[in-house]
Amino acid sequence: MASEQPQQGGIRLKVRVNGEQHESVVDPRMNLADYLREELRLTATHVGCEHGVCGICNVLVDGQTVRSCLMLAVQVDGKEVLTVEGLAEGGKLHPIQEAFIEEHGLQCGFCTGGFMMAICELFDRNPSPSEEEIKEVVGGQICRCTGYNAILRSVQNAAAKMGASRS
Amino acid sequence: MKSAPFEYVAPSTISGVLEILGQNDPDEVKLMAGGQSLMPLLNMRLSRPALVLDLGRVADLDFIRETDQGVVIGAMTTKRAVEDSELILREHPLFWESTVAIGHPPIRNRGTVGGSMAQADPASEYPAVALVLEAELVAVSARGERTIPADDFFVTYLTTCLEPDEVLTEIRIPRLAPRTGWAFQEVARRHGDFAIVGATATLGLEAGVAVEPRIAVFGAGDRALRFPSAESLLAGQPATDEVIDEVAAQVAAAVEDPLDDAHASADYRRHLAGVLVGRVLREAAVRAAEASTGA
Repeated sequence: MASEQPQQGGIRLKVRVNGEQHESVVDPRMNLADYLREELRLTATHVGCEHGVCGICNVLVDGQTVRSCLMLAVQVDGKEVLTVEGLAEGGKLHPIQEAFIEEHGLQCGFCTGGFMMAICELFDRNPSPSEEEIKEVVGGQICRCTGYNAILRSVQNAAAKMGASRS
Repeated sequence: MKSAPFEYVAPSTISGVLEILGQNDPDEVKLMAGGQSLMPLLNMRLSRPALVLDLGRVADLDFIRETDQGVVIGAMTTKRAVEDSELILREHPLFWESTVAIGHPPIRNRGTVGGSMAQADPASEYPAVALVLEAELVAVSARGERTIPADDFFVTYLTTCLEPDEVLTEIRIPRLAPRTGWAFQEVARRHGDFAIVGATATLGLEAGVAVEPRIAVFGAGDRALRFPSAESLLAGQPATDEVIDEVAAQVAAAVEDPLDDAHASADYRRHLAGVLVGRVLREAAVRAAEASTGA
């Protein structure tokens, strides 16, 4: 538990990641991205710039997208984290993942997870976003392959799929 | 890109924060708000504090309240909470507009109002908006509480008048006079980047004449700048294109020693300051005129 008095060395951390409860002892300086990748071996969260610019390491903390390189692992104590590994359910891809495949929303795939997590939050706030609203969210991550048009189409496709599954 | 080692503490109360500051050399302690500026500095080892004091668990610093005088925002209120606040959108649309110009949703989910004020980046939106809205910033320390006008708060690059043992707790934004027009514009290479230069203004109109104009520019100098002499040039004058052009030219001339870096030359920044001040004054005048004739 994060404490009222300064601590060096290990700090105990309890966190639910993709529905599974974890308990770890972490160095205060370990960031959330490194915790997910190195301690929990959840390596779908990729690390790009490590200073908050590229958005590749996006994960959801209590439903909100965050740059996991700009958060300390100790700060997710008691919280709920969702990573790319938590998107598919029972071996079935999430509609966002399906849409990225159908619309060729990725080429090398390095940045893709960061986009998908940001889009998860977008749909949670707004199930049928306008093109402008999609661009606002898509613009928060850097992709150097696709030129973004395919990603935009992926989001529109995913919105349609998820709308259909709701009705 | 890994931070140097540090000790970590996350008190849940303001008195806990002050107690920790009292037990340590304040120069060795770094306060962390949302971390969206501090974490990159730690990752790049530009900042190597012995102790990181995380304010993220102080629930008392996370609020948006309406008072008789205006709106009060707790220092640890996230930009996302401001963006989602009906109260801010209604009472301070300028503050709302400047908020959604900051970074991207994941940054606004973590970044805080107080964090941006205390970071005092010269290209940051909030300090300039605090200047034109004549906000007051409240700081506490073991020595007591003090209220600081925005004009006195921002000192120079990444420097405020806060003492090492002080903690910013809230930002008070007084209500604008009725029928005040406002505007906010910035130029950035990409949406969400730090602005190269931005400008903001508020302005009343009585029979076409400018009343109490306020003008601030960010990204041009060592801090957000307000321009009292340009404001007095405009006050009492009709808000015509000609007058506004003259005021904008005076602002451009008054920008002392503009930043000159890889993103833009000093000349370009000075030019932008003038252009953007012209635009925000025109836009604010239109809003002020609409407010007078409409509703």
